[in-house]
Amino acid sequence: MSDTVFSMQRVSKTWGQVHALRDVSLELRKGQVLGLLGHNGAGKSTTMKLILGLIRPSSGELKVFDHDPSAVESSHLRLKLGYLPENVSFYDQLSGEEVLTYFARLKGIERRQVALLLERVGLAHAVKRRVGTYSKGMRQRLGLAQALIGEPRLLLLDEPTVGLDPMATRDFYGMIDELRAKGVSVVLCSHVLPGVERHIDRAAILGQGQLLASGSIDELRDMAGLPLMVRGRIDGTRDALEQRLSQSGVALTRLNGNAFELAAPAGGKLDVLRNLLQSPDLTDIELDPPNLETLYAHFDGQSRKQETLQ
Amino acid sequence: MKSILIVAGKEFRDGLRNRWAFAITVVFALLAVGLAYFGAAASGQVGFTGVATTIVSLSSLAVFLLPLIALMLAYDSVVGEAQQGTLLLLLTYPMSRLQLLVGKFLGHAAILGVSTLIGFGVAGAVIAAFGDIGEFSEFLLALGLFIVSAMLLGWAFVAFAYLISVSVAEKSRAAGIALVVWFFFVLVFDLALLGLLVGTSGTVSESVFHYLLLLNPTDIFRIVNLTFFEAARTHAGLASIGADAAFHPLVLLGALLAWVIVPLVAAMVLFRRREA
Ligand SMILES: Nc1ncnc2c1ncn2[C@@H]1O[C@H](COP(=O)(O)OP(=O)(O)OP(=O)(O)O)[C@@H](O)[C@H]1O
Ligand SMILES: [Mg+2]
Repeated sequence: MSDTVFSMQRVSKTWGQVHALRDVSLELRKGQVLGLLGHNGAGKSTTMKLILGLIRPSSGELKVFDHDPSAVESSHLRLKLGYLPENVSFYDQLSGEEVLTYFARLKGIERRQVALLLERVGLAHAVKRRVGTYSKGMRQRLGLAQALIGEPRLLLLDEPTVGLDPMATRDFYGMIDELRAKGVSVVLCSHVLPGVERHIDRAAILGQGQLLASGSIDELRDMAGLPLMVRGRIDGTRDALEQRLSQSGVALTRLNGNAFELAAPAGGKLDVLRNLLQSPDLTDIELDPPNLETLYAHFDGQSRKQETLQ
Repeated sequence: MKSILIVAGKEFRDGLRNRWAFAITVVFALLAVGLAYFGAAASGQVGFTGVATTIVSLSSLAVFLLPLIALMLAYDSVVGEAQQGTLLLLLTYPMSRLQLLVGKFLGHAAILGVSTLIGFGVAGAVIAAFGDIGEFSEFLLALGLFIVSAMLLGWAFVAFAYLISVSVAEKSRAAGIALVVWFFFVLVFDLALLGLLVGTSGTVSESVFHYLLLLNPTDIFRIVNLTFFEAARTHAGLASIGADAAFHPLVLLGALLAWVIVPLVAAMVLFRRREA
């Protein structure tokens, strides 16, 4: 029994002239959370549909739980999958409870679970109301409850936090952490990056259908080689420090008052920090490693630059 | 198998919920009773007329109405779900596309079937209670044949609706095509046949003509109900040409059943190929 939940090998998907995905290789292991990032039309939803077996790759190899997800005999495989599509609107004339009961029965799950799920996503007060009267966030919550039916082993969530209020978003990521602890694997794509990196194990950045980079946040940082941003305050003379720093090629920018900022290159950041700490006048220091947003901007920008060069 | 029933059950309950089933039943019952009562108005009298006349006039009205109702009921069954995003979701559930389509079809067929049965059944009971129905067993057979053929006709057009629904990407397109299909089978086909008949000054042999009529489910429906009433032949239009009992009623019902199955199978083939 391997730990691999899905693996894509050089998968491409084309629709006529549109190359939605080109030679994408990606893997996910049990209990990992993968963040799928990319601009509009980068191929995120297409990747999810491929994993779900809704569409077939034009070329390349794709296995989900060691099976071909689009094969007819893989329909039992779908018991293990949970999916939240982007912009889903449910049956407006049914109540939230009826919608969820329908989907639960299709997965062979008893009704008792439905109430629990609705409560879990905070819809307990609206179970009898028609879905047509739900607000956007409430529909999104219903969609989430739907994806969680039957304790899936792999969750594919397409922009799960769209429309959720801040508390619901926090609850959502709390839930993701819980699921991950239980060994559930999750693929989620989101355009709202701040705060996401704590909850994902790996990120895959797509651009124009190509995989620009993938790996853990640390691996991505190493790959990107972005500088460590250091901010601090020096109460006193800074000439000696500036001189020492300039030897290793780092310039110190003065901010207002005694505050300063500098960009420590990825390779030499420890040298810079040692230099800083030697200075007796240093009264405050704050480190700001490249976050998911800056990493995304870096890889996306790089690919755009290459695009214009060609 | 279980998924088929779950899907069919939902579709059927939807039909009850949005009053489709109720509306169809009431329309059919009123139509039948009304025709039975006022059918003789043309000859200057009101009151329940003979069963034969009633069923003939009823079938010539139902032949317009039933296909339209069936198409309206089911034209968006697949494309509607595709547009609201639930189709994508359903396809990620542990059931095959075949099961999904069959389940939906059974649900729609049940709505139409039950409405037809109750609507015309109630009308039959009213006519039997107040009208002159002659031999009861014959009346029952005539009514039974009418109801069964009406159901099959309705299902054939539900199947057409499915074929349309799986082949388009937008609901509005499906609605447009449904209208064209209705127009073709209910009007254009017969006119074309008539044109053929006139254009060839009647040299098309009669047996060829019988078979040509089998190419249109609405004509089969007409013939089924006409053959049974030799007496009423004079009231009939074009279809009476085929009414010389060229085919046994059971053969005709079989042909109608084929008109249910063929478009449905075609719809399944297309649905399997459809990209989600
Ligand atoms: N059914 C389809 N037919 C033709 N082209 C398609 C189809 N589905 C997707 N595409 C194209 O494939 C590309 C990738 O689409 P995809 O939906 O995967 O993007 P995405 O990364 O999810 O974007 P977004 O952030 O806007 O949701 C786009 O150029 C899109 O137009
Ligand atoms: Mg998308």
